[in-house]
Amino acid sequence: MIEQQYIDLFKQYRGELDANSVEGLNRHRDAAFEIFTEIGFPSLKQEEYKHSNIKRCFDADLGLNLRNIPVPVNPYDAFKCDVPNLSTYTYFLINDRYYDKAEQTENLPSGVFVGSLQQFAKEYPIQFDAHYAQIADMSDNGIVAYNTLFAQDGFVVYVPKNVEVEKPLQLINILRGGVDLNVNRRILIIAEENARVKLLVCDHAVDDVHFVVTQIVEISAGASAQVDFYELEENSEKVTRLNNVFSEQKENSNVVTSGITLHNGYTRNNYRFRLLGEHAEAHAGGLAICDKTQHIDNFAFLDHAVPNCTSNELFKNVLKDKATGVFCGKILVEKDAQKTQAYQTNRNLVSSDTAQMFSKPQLEIYADDVKCSHGLTTGQLDEDALFYMRARGIDKEEARLLLMVAFTRDVVDMVRIPVLQERLITLIDKRFRGELMRCGNCEVCK
Amino acid sequence: MLKIKNLHAVVEEQEILKGIDLEVKAGEVHAVMGPNGSGKSTLASVLAGNPKFEVTRGSILFKGKELLEMEPEDRAREGLFLSFQYPVEIPGVSMVNFMRAAVNEQRKYRNEEPISATDFLKLMRDKRELLGMDSQLVSRSVNEGFSGGEKKKNEIFQMAMINPLLSILDETDSGLDIDALRVVAAGVNKLQTKENATILITHYQRLLEYIKPDFVHVLYAGKIIKSGGPELALELEKKGYDWLIRP
Repeated sequence: MIEQQYIDLFKQYRGELDANSVEGLNRHRDAAFEIFTEIGFPSLKQEEYKHSNIKRCFDADLGLNLRNIPVPVNPYDAFKCDVPNLSTYTYFLINDRYYDKAEQTENLPSGVFVGSLQQFAKEYPIQFDAHYAQIADMSDNGIVAYNTLFAQDGFVVYVPKNVEVEKPLQLINILRGGVDLNVNRRILIIAEENARVKLLVCDHAVDDVHFVVTQIVEISAGASAQVDFYELEENSEKVTRLNNVFSEQKENSNVVTSGITLHNGYTRNNYRFRLLGEHAEAHAGGLAICDKTQHIDNFAFLDHAVPNCTSNELFKNVLKDKATGVFCGKILVEKDAQKTQAYQTNRNLVSSDTAQMFSKPQLEIYADDVKCSHGLTTGQLDEDALFYMRARGIDKEEARLLLMVAFTRDVVDMVRIPVLQERLITLIDKRFRGELMRCGNCEVCK
Repeated sequence: MLKIKNLHAVVEEQEILKGIDLEVKAGEVHAVMGPNGSGKSTLASVLAGNPKFEVTRGSILFKGKELLEMEPEDRAREGLFLSFQYPVEIPGVSMVNFMRAAVNEQRKYRNEEPISATDFLKLMRDKRELLGMDSQLVSRSVNEGFSGGEKKKNEIFQMAMINPLLSILDETDSGLDIDALRVVAAGVNKLQTKENATILITHYQRLLEYIKPDFVHVLYAGKIIKSGGPELALELEKKGYDWLIRP
């Protein structure tokens, strides 16, 4: 059993694990242990994991930095982000640890906390306890249980009632290691009533070793709150990223998420949105560009629990070579959730015979007065458009590139930060041109 | 400028063009008329290099070079322009980027530097005004959500931007109301010089009231069955095609 080595590891190092974390996180380990030993990692036999072999990802000799041995890195030297000058608030997680020497050029609005999960647990125990491991349900999710078992630190954004953080925040996750590593990271975003915040998370692997990363994101959007959560993955092919985003929304809140996979190895993104207050809106975007043997699996679950909510999902994949893409979109409209509007679209461009796309819409509707739709297409570039462009003198390859960038455009348009939109278009263009090598701009890869 | 000799073309195993001969010289305007299904649009598509059509016999010399050996983009760079009967909508590609790419590809082919941002914007504005196009249209995606008339205007706008040697206007008049037709025709006339040439493909005499052809050809069942001067168009308007098909 693959899980056994991790169970043994936990038992053996429980003391050090706790000693290098804080009580708020440690408190959840017993429950996580019980669940993990019972259900283990998801298996291929489970319908929702049919195309992503999670167990195999952990069937390796992976190190865990449980003693919090410092990773010698200055993120400013080691790494130049592909999305520079977006924000005056830039933060770093080195593996799972918060980097506390980040320099900020401006002060945050008063009452706002942005920083380490450990520190937040100590300084804001009430808010921490109300949210940490409360939104991410681990009872049926072995990855969440596993992460909760080993998580020691992470990143928090807390915005109190009626406060708006105008400028976007940026978190840069840097993976560093001399040996193959397992990293278990947490992100917690709390936007209280009528609070507004935007966070961009950039993921980069700096060293050429295998990383298996679990990341659990918990988003709590209070009444009338607005939360934007964008993720940009630019990892090496040796990175396995098992990401779980859980979002809970109260009435009139508005949450936008977008996961842009520019360069990766093996990625599974789980999204679970729960619309718990009327007139809440959730917009979930996803875009992956994969080639070689890259793997992208997006699983989105939209739960409409109350009436009058809106959800909109748009997931797109561009696959070539031997890349694999998976999309499963589940929409649940509960019995009382009348006047629900739920829209789901999945479009895929597959430009080789060896690339594969698996797509499955799944709608469960128990209310009778709803508007729900789903659309799914997998195909190739429009030949008529290609000829039209060539007839204007545009080179065939250039025309293909322009059409591929155009294909990604509506996902980029969902992003509510104009400068980030522009930057994304440039990065996507570079990615298609093969100019975005490995993890972009880091010193190690140059 | 253009010499078509014994051109045969098939689409989906059906022969559509069955031996076309046509010569177009600089400074000339030719009208190709004919009933539906006679092969007019196929001729236009074959000239532009649409890969859906297969040429089985014949040759097309353009400025002395064999067009059939060139990729569509190279034909365009050599100065051939097709105004599409059904312009394609390309969501996500802005008119501005599309035109900049097209103009710069042409310049690159002639070993010229890419056009500067200011010159490009000025060119766009001038040509847009020539066609009386709304500035909103050029800031949108290529043809996306354009009306039928706007799409046709947009074709001539692109023609004005690129300034080709040989323009083939495939049913440019269809879908245009009379005002739009006047504007489009005036645009085409303004672009006409002694150095370039135009082939108008049309059903109707109507367009030829605004753009005067030097030669009129009747295409029927894949062959040119009659050629003449502008008076032939008038005769066709009066008598239809039957007298030519069944003499």
